[in-house]
Amino acid sequence: MKIFVTDPQGKEHELEGLEGWRVMEIIKDYGLPLKAECGGACSCATCHVYVDEAWLDKLYPMREEEEDMLDEAIDVRDNSRLSCQILMSAELDGLKLTIAPGTELG
Amino acid sequence: MSESKNKTDVIIIGAGPVGLFAVFELGLLDMKAHLIDILDRPGGQCAELYPEKPIYDIPGFPVITGQELTDNLMKQIEPFAPTFHLQQMACALEKLDNGYWKVTTDIGTEIEAPVVVIAAGGGSFMPKKPNIPNIEEYEGKSVFYAVREMEKFKGRNILIAGGGDSALDWTINLQPLAHKIALVHRRSEFRAAPDSVSKMMNLVGAEKMDFHVGDIKELHGLNGHLNAVTIQPKGGEAFQVECNTLLPFYGLTMKLGPIADFELNLHENLIPVDTEKFETSTAGIFSIGDINTYPGKLKLILSGFHESALMAQQAFRYVYPDKKLRFQYTTSSTSLQEKLGVEDKAA
Repeated sequence: MKIFVTDPQGKEHELEGLEGWRVMEIIKDYGLPLKAECGGACSCATCHVYVDEAWLDKLYPMREEEEDMLDEAIDVRDNSRLSCQILMSAELDGLKLTIAPGTELG
Repeated sequence: MSESKNKTDVIIIGAGPVGLFAVFELGLLDMKAHLIDILDRPGGQCAELYPEKPIYDIPGFPVITGQELTDNLMKQIEPFAPTFHLQQMACALEKLDNGYWKVTTDIGTEIEAPVVVIAAGGGSFMPKKPNIPNIEEYEGKSVFYAVREMEKFKGRNILIAGGGDSALDWTINLQPLAHKIALVHRRSEFRAAPDSVSKMMNLVGAEKMDFHVGDIKELHGLNGHLNAVTIQPKGGEAFQVECNTLLPFYGLTMKLGPIADFELNLHENLIPVDTEKFETSTAGIFSIGDINTYPGKLKLILSGFHESALMAQQAFRYVYPDKKLRFQYTTSSTSLQEKLGVEDKAA
């Protein structure tokens, strides 16, 4: 299982996806800079990503909680998601996404 | 500006769960503490980010919410009567001639103590800044991320941005004072309290304010003085709204802040400590909880609790250099039980 993550500098990384892990955890575990300060509680919007259009329909639809939290994200687009709310599964093998602004460390 | 001088045994920067538990461990060893926190209440991330979320890895609690944990810790440290300096940011640390440390906050509170404990977690909670070109030019002149004095906004033409409680509450509170007021939010649903939303909608209905759906894309003005903003609605045509004051409320995020200037060794914005005393490379300055680092560090609340117990042992040696430290258990020590104000139930 792979996911492809474009970092804020525009470089694409190939990450090993782990079934049942949150995409946020996979990105952090790999060592890419992603603030994700609430640790996956859907409470901070600092794990905001843009999901490649081709993958949008394959994701589990957003819950109200995630849509609400996106109000605190920066530069929200139609393909905005919080990566802590995307659970990795076989159907998402090959998922492509880009880390959004407002998720920088420090 | 409040200005006061305080002397204590230990200054704790950060009133999150680890800072709070440090009060307990210090208290058992007869050390008094003052805590400084930028939030308006104790609890740190537990109170600000996930008060309602269950935590499953606090020893002895199969499940507990962030707020419940905070409430329990506050109850646990009650016997030690700590002093809280809330809604303040520790912004300077200096060594005094008498060997004490002095911490000064952004509103001028000064506290002196022989020991300082940095328990600042991920840093200070500060307002998130929107990604609008040149917004820095306007900050402090016509763009504000917080309202400290409402009077300052009297007669202004205000635009508020956001959809949470802060955005809605300030819209409702500033409306009677403002010359004109409008709210802009990226969608027509709000996460703010429904009651505030209906109050706001009533004001819109009565033509006492405007509500725009969209994102702010551009600021227009001169020398930091705002005249108008461009709003881009989703899938629609951009339009301008006149205003001379913009108040963005997009929630809070943690930034290390002035701690970076405390002349401590930092490693990737974390404070390295030893694992015996959790002391920094500067004697008398300790660091516990998420903000410290050492080989094998895990950012868990339970790790911070452990760190605070060991920190207190060494802090004692600075606060009471001539006293002998005796290790005692709360279950059996009558002197500890006296400090805790509990009856001796030991047989």
